[in-house]
Amino acid sequence: MIKEIVDKMEERRDRAFTALGDPVRRAMIARLSRGEATVNELAEPFPITKQAVSRHIQVLEAAGLITRSRDAQRRPCHLNAAALEELTSWIDTYRLAAEQRHRRLDAVLDTMKEQQT
Amino acid sequence: MNETTITAQPGTPFIDVVREFDAAPAQVYRAWTDPDLIPRWLGPDGVTVELIEYDAAPGGRYRYVHRDADGEYSFRGVFHTVVAGKQIVQTFQYDAWPDAVSLEMLTFEDLGGRTRVRTHSVFPSVQSRDQMIASGMEHGVRDSMTRLEKVLAR
Repeated sequence: MIKEIVDKMEERRDRAFTALGDPVRRAMIARLSRGEATVNELAEPFPITKQAVSRHIQVLEAAGLITRSRDAQRRPCHLNAAALEELTSWIDTYRLAAEQRHRRLDAVLDTMKEQQT
Repeated sequence: MNETTITAQPGTPFIDVVREFDAAPAQVYRAWTDPDLIPRWLGPDGVTVELIEYDAAPGGRYRYVHRDADGEYSFRGVFHTVVAGKQIVQTFQYDAWPDAVSLEMLTFEDLGGRTRVRTHSVFPSVQSRDQMIASGMEHGVRDSMTRLEKVLAR
């Protein structure tokens, strides 16, 4: 059961990391972190075709990193902040557990010093 | 403030953890290996630690159980090389994942009254290493929620 959940999480994470492995897509994510944007707005800074931009957006969408409004005519893209947070929390929480352990060890070492003096 | 550095290069089966402590290697080593002191620090916040056995000597074994509101998690391993105040080579296993045994190489580096502890862990595969890192997530997320609750309750 745990293994299945972990596998699914890993699959999603792999897709997200792969999506972020491209400088154009990273720049798009950075742009979207400041607010929603249309495909044309996202394409603006890059000397690439609109088709190429659309492909990048599809990759980001498939990786769950962005969503697109269905209703509005201009269909703006939005950043999925939760998905990005999950990526960073992956390594952070492991680090947090180690840090908590080490701070407790700091406290034990302090007590040992007090007992010596 | 001493910070924990963790390096887990993508596509490798390694985890490297580095941390400095404001105490001499002999003391850090003692806190690390003394069965009376270990339960006071070994584990994340919010879990109790019970040592079943802990014999830090070449060929010795260790076994401990973490408990929290959701259940218990047991860990075990054997000591391969133990050089007091300097080095430990041991295996590490989370009992729920017996296939993911890792080899841990610890060094205690003397920085003149301070100590740098390095832990180099080698997992059987990249996948098992990634799973071990991901498993920390559940605890970490729950800890964060608890802390958030405390902040909100103020």
